[in-house]
Amino acid sequence: MRIAIASGKGGTGKTTIATNLAAVAAAAGRRSTYVDCDVEEPNGHIFLKPEIDRSEPVTMLMPVVDEALCTACGECGRICRFKAITLILDRVLTFHELCHACGGCALVCPVRAITERPREVGVLESGTARTAGGAEVGFLHGTLNVKEAMAPPVIRAVKREIPADGLVIVDAPPGASCSMVESVRGADRVILVTEPTPFGLNDLAIAVETVRTMGFEPGVVVNRDGAGDDRVDRWCDEKGIGILARIPDDRTVAEAYSRGELPVDAVPGFRARIEALLAVLDETGSAPGAAPGDDRTSDAEVTE
Amino acid sequence: MKELVVISGKGGTGKTSILAAFAALADRCVTADCDVDAADLHLVLDPRVKRTESFSGGVVARIDPARCTGCGRCEELCRFDAVSALGETNAAAAGGGTPGGAAAATRYAIDEIACEGCAVCAYFCPAEAIDLVEETAGDWFVSDARFGPMVHARLRPGGENSGKLVSLVRREARRIADEEGIDMVLVDGSPGIGCPVIASITGADFVLVVTEPTLSGIHDLGRVIELARHFDVPAMVAVNKYDINMDAAAEIEEFASKNGVPVAGRIRYDAAVTAAQIAGRSVVEIGDGPAAEDVRRVWNRVKYVIEQEEH
Repeated sequence: MRIAIASGKGGTGKTTIATNLAAVAAAAGRRSTYVDCDVEEPNGHIFLKPEIDRSEPVTMLMPVVDEALCTACGECGRICRFKAITLILDRVLTFHELCHACGGCALVCPVRAITERPREVGVLESGTARTAGGAEVGFLHGTLNVKEAMAPPVIRAVKREIPADGLVIVDAPPGASCSMVESVRGADRVILVTEPTPFGLNDLAIAVETVRTMGFEPGVVVNRDGAGDDRVDRWCDEKGIGILARIPDDRTVAEAYSRGELPVDAVPGFRARIEALLAVLDETGSAPGAAPGDDRTSDAEVTE
Repeated sequence: MKELVVISGKGGTGKTSILAAFAALADRCVTADCDVDAADLHLVLDPRVKRTESFSGGVVARIDPARCTGCGRCEELCRFDAVSALGETNAAAAGGGTPGGAAAATRYAIDEIACEGCAVCAYFCPAEAIDLVEETAGDWFVSDARFGPMVHARLRPGGENSGKLVSLVRREARRIADEEGIDMVLVDGSPGIGCPVIASITGADFVLVVTEPTLSGIHDLGRVIELARHFDVPAMVAVNKYDINMDAAAEIEEFASKNGVPVAGRIRYDAAVTAAQIAGRSVVEIGDGPAAEDVRRVWNRVKYVIEQEEH
């Protein structure tokens, strides 16, 4: 089962939920893999401390023009919608940072003067982490090189390495645009982590709309429960979205996080909550739809 | 006119709360919300929308089923896995997933969210069955907000080209500032280091990086500082919730000064920040608690440095 953990807003606790879920599943004797798709700011490694045994560049194919063959016909510039290759006077110039690697220019060149060569845009690393009890957690992440604009190619490279079996936890980047969508695509379930605040709700609503457009029915984890108000609860109730777990607001969790520790090891009671979340996910399987687990607000209690 | 962009490597560090407080403390300013993926500034600044414009992120390919012969050339050429045989995986385009296989004569459809609009499929379709249609990626707004004009945006779900939208929002904010003689533009940037952030900071006068005293905060700060330096924008750092981990806070400040980035100040962990958010106000408007006091100090420092820059 592949579970994607996403959130409209950053800093809601996605990485905390994802790393702890992977560790708890491994401790229960399951094959479990943590996959960090937040390639702009990958942070899962700080908590899982994996031993990396494989590291390789992520490349994008970029056009290279053989000037000896080029007839300056300009076809490549006409097909390119990203202004990444263009004819200026009688010379073809390429702008690699604008290139999406669609391959159109090479395909269209009538004299085959364009070849595509790989250019590094990020790094892919994989390895194994160990839980406090010694269980193994598969680890996979990608890192976008600084100054590179396009995260999706690195995310796609990471996703190609995802193992086919076992429990796979995908830590998605924040937001609701192309990077988040690319990370979530192909998952069996989507969990959205949110906070019980106006910012949290606003961004949750956008994330729900995005993943529903993709055909997913998400479940919600309310992090820092008790720190805000009940507007997230009321909204989820109204929209028929199941609340899968609540993680109470607790400064010691923030402190453990700040030290790069997994709260399941450092904060009493935290492990039980993640185990309960895992049980809810197992119970509802890969079937989409609202899950049980919410025992709080009912419609009758809601007053505007 | 000066443009200050507040960014953070990691999301959720409090950048929007701090920016809203700055807006309250500035005499009069233009605000721009460039976190177009997860725009929240409007929840504090109460904008009244005066003008709405739609934003086109580019084009997406669309297959006309009447003309499609099912040859599969588009699927073969697409580098973005955006083309799929109808009835298989494209739940969105098929209206919630059509059960059963349309196996006999395969027809293809394009997942508009995955499509990058490169047009290669349309160019090479032998049946000329693929059209390129303008995609509305979002809307942007010019508003009157509590502390002056505000420019903000809303990206549609999965919308492309958020970098382009960010540039547009910033340009409009600067134009309004010029027109109305307002000398401060405050920009709420986006998290990360990819295209939206690059679009948020290029050409700005100043960047304030809000960070938290955590190991991930330190990790991300290094990447953001490198980015700001690459685009030649002077940066300062503010450590939010610094008392969560004093050692990490000290480490961040040391890291910043070692990299020639001044520290604008520390902000204490304070439940008043969430309380302000719930009240739809900034933290400096609801009282004089520790966070409000600290944010005021940071603002004075930042303002001083920006004014010095002028000479």
